[in-house]
Amino acid sequence: MTAVITVPASLDEPQFEQVIDQLAAVPADAKLLVDARHCRFATPYGLTGLLCLAQARAARPDFVPPDDDDVRSYWARSQFFTHADGLYTLLGNVPRRQGGNSDVLLEVTPVRDSADVQTVVARIQEQAAHILTRTLDLEPRATMLFSMTLSEAASNVIEHAGGGGWVMVQRYDWSKRRVGREVVQISVADAGMGFRRSLEGSRARAVADRWDDAVALETGVVQGISRFGDPGRGQGFKGIRGYASKVDGKLTVRSGTARIAPIIPPWDDDRALRSGLTPFPGAQMNLVIPRRLAAP
Amino acid sequence: MTTVDLASALAASAGAPQPHLVTRPVGAAIRVLVERQLDALAAGTVAVLDFSGIGVLDRSCADEFVAKLMLPREGPAPTREGYVMLRGLHDGHLDAIEAVLETHGLALVVQLPDGATRLVGAVSATERRLWEQVMVGAAAIEELAAAVGLAAEEVHAQLEALVSRRLLRRAGGGVAPLGAHAA
Repeated sequence: MTAVITVPASLDEPQFEQVIDQLAAVPADAKLLVDARHCRFATPYGLTGLLCLAQARAARPDFVPPDDDDVRSYWARSQFFTHADGLYTLLGNVPRRQGGNSDVLLEVTPVRDSADVQTVVARIQEQAAHILTRTLDLEPRATMLFSMTLSEAASNVIEHAGGGGWVMVQRYDWSKRRVGREVVQISVADAGMGFRRSLEGSRARAVADRWDDAVALETGVVQGISRFGDPGRGQGFKGIRGYASKVDGKLTVRSGTARIAPIIPPWDDDRALRSGLTPFPGAQMNLVIPRRLAAP
Repeated sequence: MTTVDLASALAASAGAPQPHLVTRPVGAAIRVLVERQLDALAAGTVAVLDFSGIGVLDRSCADEFVAKLMLPREGPAPTREGYVMLRGLHDGHLDAIEAVLETHGLALVVQLPDGATRLVGAVSATERRLWEQVMVGAAAIEELAAAVGLAAEEVHAQLEALVSRRLLRRAGGGVAPLGAHAA
């Protein structure tokens, strides 16, 4: 019997939990159909999450794309279908990649090795730097820090996931939301071993009274402890946290059954740590960077 | 003084031109390449690592390349005979390099676009003041002691520490800078 997972009309970080919750009742080896017909909006977190979902399944799931032509076209421009094609059996009308310039800051990009990180950084620096400068009111030199952050996030997949992952970047006008300005969202997701397993052999694990996904996230993201023992490790998340804090951004990382928000800006009231969530493999990082506020 | 063009070294390491120093594997590869070049230099040579052609430098790569290049090596000769100085850095490079140097308690001399130099990384206020005095030409222990308000013995010990950290070099019976000081 095929289990149907319904993709919500809007697919960002909170709504992706609904997708994961539906998965909880489905045996790992069951045939799955992911139904995105009624989806009208998906962020980088949602799209990369859907790819991770398929990666984590024993059997290749079926996928029904959105009904709406514009939404399907956007997903195609985002390169979602290009990568989904290798993970899902795509049903129905699936547009191939459209030519011309994309309005996506960084399309869904696979990250498997250092060369992929080079590609990600080069794409942002060469194609999207001027858009970032305008959207976030960054000084041109500050796009370097943005690229550094993106690079660190993508590198984490290589170092800690034990397999490939996905990166995507897009901008949004959130002037009607609480933040009240344009933002850029970076999502980096993988369906790999996750923080708890990655840090299983670390010294932090050896001395911990309790060991679960929440403790592992605090250990890796906040304390910057790595599974590698050499000094100097943990620079990646230190840099990401520092950048998020500096630009009034919001950082969240989900892994296994927990989710941590080590940087919560004044424009958001998320909880710093959630545990007991429905299990989902790997790690999913979301960084939202708002436009710089004009000096008073 | 000899210059190592990192953009060329990176291209040689990767087998194709690539402008960005990102990820630990890339940092490790470029470090091995640069270490070979430094090992081939005569004792006392100042090697200038030129970042001019480098775009993005992330912290992980900076840790694997710059910090580990400066850490004591394993084996019979933990300290390199030569000196390392950085130039062609922009603010993004400096941000990454300073962070990793401080993590390891290391410091380096950086040459600014106008040719002047400054210290980055983990240095105490006293070390910095002494270093700056040497950079402006002070050489005699008594002169340095008066300038920083320390006893001559303490100045001597601090200078030895700066030399052992390869932030100053020995010259004649005293110490000398690796370059000119930032105005």
